[in-house]
Amino acid sequence: MAEATFRIWRGEKGSGGFRDYRTEVGPGMVVLDAIHEIQATQANDLAVRWNCKAGKCGSCSAEINGSPRLMCMTRLSTLPLDKPVTLEPMRTFPPVKDLVTDVSFNYRAKKKIKPFQPRKPDRPDGTWTIAQQDVERVQEFHKCIECFLCQDVCHVLREHHLYEQFIGPRLFVYTAALEMHPLDTADRVPELRGPDGIGFCNITKCCTKVCPEEIHITDNAIIPLKERVVDRFYDPVKRLFRVFSGSARR
Amino acid sequence: MAEYESYQHDVLVIGAGGAGLRAAIEASAAGVSVGVVSKSLLGKAHTVMAEGGIAAAMANVDDRDNWRVHFADTMRGSQYLSHPRMAQLHAQEAPARVRELEAWGALFDRTPDGRILQRNFGGHRYPRLAHVGDRTGLEMIRTLQDHGIHQGIEFYMEVTVLKLLKDGDRIAGAFGYDRERGRFRMFEAKAVVLATGGLGRAYQITSNSWEYTGDGMALAYEAGAALKDMEFVQFHPTGMIWPPSVRGILVTEAVRGEGGVLKNKDGRRFLFDDVPANYRDQTADNEEEGFRYTQGDKNAKRPPELLTRDHVARCIMREVREGRGSPHGGVFLDIAWIKNRVPGGGEHIKKKLPSMYHQFKQLADIDITEVPMEIGPTIHYAMGGVRVDPDTQMSDVPGLFAAGEVAAGLHGANRLGGNSLSDLLVFGKRAGEYAAAYAKEHNAATANKEEVEAAARHALEPFERAAGEGPYLVQRDLQQVMQNQVGIVRKQGDLQKALEALPALQARAGRVAVEGNREYNPGWHTSVDLGSLLTVSEAIMRCALERKESRGGHFREDYPAKDEEFGKVNLIVSKGADGEMHLSREPVPEMSAELKEIIKEMK
Repeated sequence: MAEATFRIWRGEKGSGGFRDYRTEVGPGMVVLDAIHEIQATQANDLAVRWNCKAGKCGSCSAEINGSPRLMCMTRLSTLPLDKPVTLEPMRTFPPVKDLVTDVSFNYRAKKKIKPFQPRKPDRPDGTWTIAQQDVERVQEFHKCIECFLCQDVCHVLREHHLYEQFIGPRLFVYTAALEMHPLDTADRVPELRGPDGIGFCNITKCCTKVCPEEIHITDNAIIPLKERVVDRFYDPVKRLFRVFSGSARR
Repeated sequence: MAEYESYQHDVLVIGAGGAGLRAAIEASAAGVSVGVVSKSLLGKAHTVMAEGGIAAAMANVDDRDNWRVHFADTMRGSQYLSHPRMAQLHAQEAPARVRELEAWGALFDRTPDGRILQRNFGGHRYPRLAHVGDRTGLEMIRTLQDHGIHQGIEFYMEVTVLKLLKDGDRIAGAFGYDRERGRFRMFEAKAVVLATGGLGRAYQITSNSWEYTGDGMALAYEAGAALKDMEFVQFHPTGMIWPPSVRGILVTEAVRGEGGVLKNKDGRRFLFDDVPANYRDQTADNEEEGFRYTQGDKNAKRPPELLTRDHVARCIMREVREGRGSPHGGVFLDIAWIKNRVPGGGEHIKKKLPSMYHQFKQLADIDITEVPMEIGPTIHYAMGGVRVDPDTQMSDVPGLFAAGEVAAGLHGANRLGGNSLSDLLVFGKRAGEYAAAYAKEHNAATANKEEVEAAARHALEPFERAAGEGPYLVQRDLQQVMQNQVGIVRKQGDLQKALEALPALQARAGRVAVEGNREYNPGWHTSVDLGSLLTVSEAIMRCALERKESRGGHFREDYPAKDEEFGKVNLIVSKGADGEMHLSREPVPEMSAELKEIIKEMK
């Protein structure tokens, strides 16, 4: 079996550096397998998050040779192994230790978004009638595994650190799922324009490119939400109408 | 004196998968203060891995379905070792629990008239599984999570519990540590709900993640609760087997529900060769009829691929052992063949099984719409666990409840696919409801501080050993023993050897050393988890030795037939006053006259 070198970020809080580990590479191995092998035999205290090892839980996000990816779904055969494979934590979030970061921002930001509010049930037994095609539109967003790679790669968070003014692509997908939910009745458009900061997104589509679930984050979630904001607040005809009808909104 | 932060709640839920979240939501709705402790981040629990669906007799697709049929199917699948009352409550309440999820935002696939669609699954007589493609578990956990965060529940993520605390006989809380900083945390509570899932990590080839080390079962056992049915471990018949690094990853039963067939290397549908007598009149005797069943023909009988998991797994093992397996030691699962039989061809397969398509494409370079998959049995689920009251889910320890995989009773000797997600919802809700009621009826308990000190000291010992073996090696050796000697095919000699190997493993676990500090140190976490793994492994070994027959998930090569006497008892283990594990037989709970009537009618 061939060997490969893994250049892994080791460190706590802010400080740290890369350390090289060599391990054997077997057929079909993914990056997370190599990490496990190194952890079991060379570095018992190497910190890493993982759960399902099948691309379904979104725990093992990291930057592999500089690209944000899931370690469990990145096969070693797709990486050049003649040079070291570099593994770093997601750089947008505060480091905890080694490959583990503090992703609590995402949980806090989600909690601020208005929860689901269904319309009254359609049937006396408390159920609703929904067409498959109406379900499918939102099901795309429900595929999200909350790996937060889209948040990691978004420059509004990564470069500009606007954590207090911008909820990030993951939570726009979450908001889109609620806004386009066939049963939902709540209105989140004012928040999108305000505290959620959708205006900061300038649709560079970096989030879409890294999504392991291949959700069309920009095209199917963010742009339609931006359109709702524009429709509501910036459409000149509607604005005029609101002035005359006295229904002016802020 | 150990340093720790203290937290107080009326109800403490340990575990944040489907059962834990559902319990927390229910307890919170009853107006008590609720804390949830989870080993991982919120939304990452094993529930996300559930693919096929939630079994609930809603009769949206086939109006012949009702709770009585679901009850009878569950009992038959369990080889009549389920607690009949639990099987009844489960079948009766599952539909309401599914509808509730929809009211909280879950979006299930639909029937043409806009209701929740239901699909076929092994052992279920009618299409019964509410689903979302093949990622139902993700939809379920996310719905519960997104609803739960707005219910005033306090979440403590990445906290592992080391010990349950007691006040005399009753529960008083739990003591644990947080992973990020390695600091101790003390949770005082009037009632505790265990929802920690299973024990798949005791085995080498498993569909379970690092978390599933049998913590809840071991914690309950140490606290004085009895465990039941521990010999029954479910091997899911279809796990990935190639390449080696993906071995064990699950291939959903929905593949077979949608028309996938199992073949040996000669291309033979070997399951037709061996249909158990009690399923013969429900099973198709030709390929064409089986296919029609998967495509919704109500007059067709189901193909033998949809027999119960224990049976399908054993047939696969037989093909492999007798030299008719696939190149990497499994058999072939073929869904690609339906391409020419359904509208939409390959696209239809991708739409029905999107994450399976994705998983094989990415991890194995295989396009399942073109070629068959190679699969073999993988450890999947623990039917056994904490013995609970069927209505309240309370264990033998007053104030200690258990729900979901950690609890025993619903599944007996074999669980039907789809009955797990419904189990989490039905009994998670019940555990939450009764834990809240218990908390309201009782004053605050006082945890025994000496227990806390002892648990803290014990947890830190690995740091004090300057040199010693690392915990991962001990874990690997235990997994090997369990895989090879306590696996899918068991016999006296092997089980005996496994049991004899245990003291040495226990001694090694007591001597492991960890490097580094307490902050986010997986080596330390593994050393702590070893204790639970060893306890549940011993329970499985002892019960497997005792049950000298083959039934459901428990197959004894030396006793290949069912034994009538063993069919009347559940095996119970508990910790004796001498500190040793004690085993006893307990008669299977009596069925009510109504339930007996149903079983007779649906024979």
